[in-house]
Amino acid sequence: MDALPWFAIGGGALIGLSATLLMLANGRIAGISGIFFNSLGGPVNERLWRLLFLAGLIIGAAVTLAWLPDYPPAREGFPLALVIIAGLVTGMGTRLGSGCTSGHGICGISRLSGRSVAATLVFMASAMVTVFVARHLLGAG
Amino acid sequence: MRLLVATLCGLLFGAGLAWSEMIRPERVLGFLDVAGDWDPTLAWVMASALVVSLPGFALIRTRSRPLLAARFRLPTSAGINGTLLAGAGIFGVGWGLAGYCPGPALAALSYNPGEALWFVAAMAIGGVIAGREWRDSPADKKPLPDPPAPP
Repeated sequence: MDALPWFAIGGGALIGLSATLLMLANGRIAGISGIFFNSLGGPVNERLWRLLFLAGLIIGAAVTLAWLPDYPPAREGFPLALVIIAGLVTGMGTRLGSGCTSGHGICGISRLSGRSVAATLVFMASAMVTVFVARHLLGAG
Repeated sequence: MRLLVATLCGLLFGAGLAWSEMIRPERVLGFLDVAGDWDPTLAWVMASALVVSLPGFALIRTRSRPLLAARFRLPTSAGINGTLLAGAGIFGVGWGLAGYCPGPALAALSYNPGEALWFVAAMAIGGVIAGREWRDSPADKKPLPDPPAPP
């Protein structure tokens, strides 16, 4: 490896900083699926911080894109039906499994939670198998 | 103040996802495609995040309460059970199908709204479906759902 991927290292550090700060200051897990689902319903005082976090997430990404002039263009032509099925399946899975890449993969592992380590290994393996089947057995993507 | 911190954390998280190109499903699928032209970007992102948050959380653990709240709100540990593993397995299928997990999908709303809007709406519906099923029987005691087959 000749040059380190500083965009990945820098971006990852910001994500780690966000997760650490939210726990240190507010005592909350920065798990996006949990924040998302619990922002959709329930008492307003429980929803407000989550809605603000999600607004920040969306705006933070938009502002960063505006600052990076050479950002690669968005993917085009990917089947929309597949995106919708993937969304449905992701919603069901993260709800049943109580978390996603951020909640289990970053916060959970940082808390040394056995549940989160197990969940992260399972969803990584399952996603790799899914891509293998789609790309190499079915020839898609 | 807590609301300000939550907003700031969201901004940092979104900036991190965009800068690291995790809002590009091509990067994510390239990492998951271990039999293809492997893209290590996601591994770098995750490792870098953990380099910050592992020691960060270790320091936090020495505190009895957060800076701005009465107590830490941690998930009640239910142990490693079938619901957790089945859910993680199902989530992995969804992640691998399009290359989006929840954070990047939300962060991609301004980058690729044509995909991300649909993904986020479908994700909300999927969560409602799973949530309804959850209420029907005591948590973690119902039979495992069959993981959906990839189309």
